[in-house]
Amino acid sequence: MQPTDIRNPDYFHKVVDCQWACPAHTPVPEYIRLIAEQRYTEAWAINWESNVFPGILGRTCDRPCEPACRRVRVEAEPVAICRLKRVAADNKGDISPYLPAVPKQKNGKRIALVGAGPASLTVARDLAPLGYDCVMFDGDAKGGGMMRTQIPRFRLPESVTDEEVDRIVDLGIETRYGQFIGSLKALLTEGWDAVFVGSGAPRGRELDIPGRKEAAANIHIGIDWLSSVSFGHIDKIGRRVIVLGGGNTAMDCCRSSRRLGGEEVTVVVRSGFEEMKASVWEKEDAMHEGIPILNFLVPVEFTHDNGKLTGVLFEKVKAEFDEKGRRNLVPTGEPHQHILCDDVLVAIGQENAFPWIERDVGIEFDRWGMPKVDPKTMQSSLPNVFFGGDAAFGPKNIIWAVAHGHEAAISIDKLCHGEDVNDRPPPGVTLVSQKMGIHEWSYDNDISNDLRYKVPLRDISVALKDIRTEVELGYDDKLAYLEAERCLNCDIQTVFNGKLCIECDACVDICPMDCITFTENGDEEDLRTRLSAPAINLTQDLYIGNSLKTGRIMAKDEDVCLHCGLCAERCPTGAWDMQKFLFEMTQAGPACRSR
Amino acid sequence: MTYIVKPRLHHPKLPINALGYTHRDYEGSISTLCAGCGHDSISAAIIQSCFELALPPHRIAKLSGIGCSSKTPTYFLGQSHGFNSVHGRMPSVLTGANLANRDLIYLGVSGDGDSASIGLGQFAHCIRRGVDMVYIVENNGVYGLTKGQFSATADKGSKARRGAVNTDSPIDLVAMALQLGASFVARSFSGDKMQLVPLIKAAIQHKGAAFIDVISPCVAFNNNPESTKSFDYVRAHNDAVNQLDFMVAREAITADYAPGTLETVVQHDGSMLRLRKLAPDYDPRDRVSAMTYLQQRHAAGEVVTGLLFVEEDHGDLHEFLDTVEAPLNALGENELCPGQEALDRYNAAHR
Repeated sequence: MQPTDIRNPDYFHKVVDCQWACPAHTPVPEYIRLIAEQRYTEAWAINWESNVFPGILGRTCDRPCEPACRRVRVEAEPVAICRLKRVAADNKGDISPYLPAVPKQKNGKRIALVGAGPASLTVARDLAPLGYDCVMFDGDAKGGGMMRTQIPRFRLPESVTDEEVDRIVDLGIETRYGQFIGSLKALLTEGWDAVFVGSGAPRGRELDIPGRKEAAANIHIGIDWLSSVSFGHIDKIGRRVIVLGGGNTAMDCCRSSRRLGGEEVTVVVRSGFEEMKASVWEKEDAMHEGIPILNFLVPVEFTHDNGKLTGVLFEKVKAEFDEKGRRNLVPTGEPHQHILCDDVLVAIGQENAFPWIERDVGIEFDRWGMPKVDPKTMQSSLPNVFFGGDAAFGPKNIIWAVAHGHEAAISIDKLCHGEDVNDRPPPGVTLVSQKMGIHEWSYDNDISNDLRYKVPLRDISVALKDIRTEVELGYDDKLAYLEAERCLNCDIQTVFNGKLCIECDACVDICPMDCITFTENGDEEDLRTRLSAPAINLTQDLYIGNSLKTGRIMAKDEDVCLHCGLCAERCPTGAWDMQKFLFEMTQAGPACRSR
Repeated sequence: MTYIVKPRLHHPKLPINALGYTHRDYEGSISTLCAGCGHDSISAAIIQSCFELALPPHRIAKLSGIGCSSKTPTYFLGQSHGFNSVHGRMPSVLTGANLANRDLIYLGVSGDGDSASIGLGQFAHCIRRGVDMVYIVENNGVYGLTKGQFSATADKGSKARRGAVNTDSPIDLVAMALQLGASFVARSFSGDKMQLVPLIKAAIQHKGAAFIDVISPCVAFNNNPESTKSFDYVRAHNDAVNQLDFMVAREAITADYAPGTLETVVQHDGSMLRLRKLAPDYDPRDRVSAMTYLQQRHAAGEVVTGLLFVEEDHGDLHEFLDTVEAPLNALGENELCPGQEALDRYNAAHR
């Protein structure tokens, strides 16, 4: 193998698994260390800079970082990254020094933002401090988009949404709430320098089976129902409720029902329990509230008594796999199951809807009715129209919307400065030694053996009484510290210099994870089989160092390295050093431009 | 010196041995020796050997004297018996322990100061008695704990870090062990575990006095290029006479070897030493020619390593003294106090 080029920013970025997995590439270990030191304000600032909504995401993020966490590979459970983020947001002090100054002199560029959800808000946050005149349109009466309308208050208190939306609006964003954009063509005639479409995926999928029309009064589309609950238009539901669907929206629907009078609430899914789209923790939270989840049941009919819903009839199915390994749900032949209920919530998916974009306006659509959007620049086929969030590639989640927003803001900034939007700015990268003394490091390298700490919950009898009562209490200082200490500091990199190495084997002998081997070179496939411990995780790189006197190479398997720094502590010549790799995405502004 | 405890977490795919242990289960507490010390590599080789042989840790006794080397038993086999003796007196404590309980595996760990200076007499007598043990000398040529004066094994003409030249003749413990009748004699290098681990495994399975001299560079005081115990010097002058593959029992030889290049030694327990010859004329069963070869190569500035001498059926101290088969702690009152009649018979035999 060739020696590893550690100057390529991707190499060490990949080692920081959480940051690599995060769509917004938030420097996770960096803020977790600050939380351990109770420097919550600074930890918040890192998050705000990168993911814009620390308080909201600290409660609701889909957490792609957590399955990626190295702790999963060396122990079992990831660091509770998401809930630590909430600690920073809840306990921050005076943040005013971290907020950007809003320029009094605007730059003369006008940007229209369609929809006031996380994607548009991110674009506004990035562009307003640069002097852009941002105008945000939304059909709803308040900003926040799905964060406000679809996430129930017991998971996300409205005060948190208000705070984080207002913080952006206060940067001088002009809001036109209650103004639904019904025609892109008309909008474009207003002469905007750029238009950003962050209108989400606002249409809940319909379930067209017998009885749907007749019993319509008690059959509700999940996201519309959640939205009505959010705005206070709906405040009760029947005693017996069936929620159809296995995603996170279904979990929000069933838990909301429990708080609005639903005593017997049941979730029914077509697939198996394991294959449900809902996050594991959301399923756990629902079951904790006494909501059973029934699986392998396909709804075939809404039963009713002269238009009054009486229940849902289900066909029993089982999973069968064909020779290609594809799963098919086939009827078991057992009699249908009839579950009685007073109301049904249909939460079987969301769809995009662009009836307001005229097809001759110059934006190309694909055969699924989605706009053609460049995944890097977020630009549509109309150069000054950009898409982001669920409107760009279908339903994803908040953190993806934020990532799209940042990229779109860069594109808009470059477009308005006459630059090529395809020329993307490189990230900001620093690599600095953490050595403080002969065996002292600027980070806590003593590995915690603690298992993941549970977030304390409000007592269930209290939690179910009011839909506005937040269920999770969040970590206190002590729990936050203990959980933060579980972080392995994967951004503190093991950096090897073969010219200094005397091949004494001290690092090989001390490494608690058997990551390091000195051996004859070979190709990667061969090398992976003859290291101190087998390197079978092909998604994780081998770090190859050369320039050794004996002509051998140093091969380090990055897979399960604890970043404890013992290799560097036991190295007599400083051939190993622990260096902090800080990777920051470049955002809109002078740094993203080439001139 | 390291201030943190070595993390308990280990690689999820670590091999386990017949006892269900990983090599991590054979570790001791974290080393307090200087970073990069060759002794730590020898500790790792001992850990690896005991793991691979699947030895029950509680059946091993590790004994040492005083010095950097003699600190190391703390850093391996944390679940085994240990005895840190007076300076240079490890061999007699080990001999006593072995006589009292012949069932344990005895691992004597010493250094060039402990064995070649203050304990030279103890070393000699322990070897010549044929005590069943592995005697490892971690040989760095200097007194590391007192800041790097030359020890008795330093080569004449070898230079210290600050330029002082050694004027005394060296003691070669390998030559002494051969001359004193050790039945297993080897030399290796802390920087070559591929060579060292099979040697330690073979020595553990050997019945009788097994001696291994391991050159172990002192990174703090004796790793300068002009020292004959430095990483660079040993790597450049290493004359390995053979390469040992250790087999726990008779196994078919699958690899092809040129005729006359492979020598097989079967030990008393059935374990098999497969020696690939690197020096064509070297015969590890000929004590006299081994001694001659060693002297010649040393005069040429070479460091001879490998399994230098082995005698399978030499026997050990218990055989020579015809001692009781069971360890003393397993003897009951009847065996220990056989009664007046037995005493009378014994006394009569001396009249």
